[in-house]
Amino acid sequence: MQNGASDVLNQFRQGSPEAVEAAFETLFSQHQRAVYGWILRIVRNPAAAEDLTVEAFWRIHRAHARFQPSQGFEGWARRIATRAALDWLRARHVESELTTEMLAEVAAPSKDDPAVTAEIRLKTALAFGRLPPKLRIAATLAVIEGQPQKEVAAALGISVAAVKVRIFRALRLLRKDLEKEGITP
Amino acid sequence: MNAHDEEQMKEVLRQALPPVEGGDGPGRDLWPAMLRRMDAESGAAQSRGWAWFDGALLAGMVGFGVFFPAAIPVLLFYL
Repeated sequence: MQNGASDVLNQFRQGSPEAVEAAFETLFSQHQRAVYGWILRIVRNPAAAEDLTVEAFWRIHRAHARFQPSQGFEGWARRIATRAALDWLRARHVESELTTEMLAEVAAPSKDDPAVTAEIRLKTALAFGRLPPKLRIAATLAVIEGQPQKEVAAALGISVAAVKVRIFRALRLLRKDLEKEGITP
Repeated sequence: MNAHDEEQMKEVLRQALPPVEGGDGPGRDLWPAMLRRMDAESGAAQSRGWAWFDGALLAGMVGFGVFFPAAIPVLLFYL
């Protein structure tokens, strides 16, 4: 089984064009779910996550000659997927990032802390959407989604220390933005 | 912002934007969309190749016409 997986990775890296296509199809079916899930965590929009999964795999396909089988496919795919999601976040307008479902979710009463009102949650979500994408993506993955900082760092291609700095800056900017709106968390 | 403020902000953020459940996978099979994307890109790459080749051919003919204007009637005769 291990040899089979290794063969697929080697074929994808340097096989004949037909072998690359066959290996790519295998890798797509094996990893599309994980890549989709990762992208969905970042963009929080299922339709966009589907499109970005295809975009990420297209980038993966184009870059197959640069793939290092020894480093594993999942981490490499995750880095490419993160970059595709980041490009999408950069291209989007803040207001349009909050879908109707997300706004409904934000406005629903919180089970955790009744003191955090719907208004605070809504303003927090909007302020979070205004943060620079590279800060937002670190905070989304590490704080909201609870991903280990080491994995977030690997996906973003930065150090764990840099992830911590980005999270801190994101939270500080968020706090300042909320304070401007008269909200002191 | 001290550590307490940081934790408080994290909590407010988690309540405003709860984690997304991404374990169910995409709602549809994405392989057909992947194939369409690959076909579209390879078609575009081919047309980009032809456009470059056509441009080079046209530039060559224009250059030839500029430097050897007397050859234009001969070329037109054979075209």
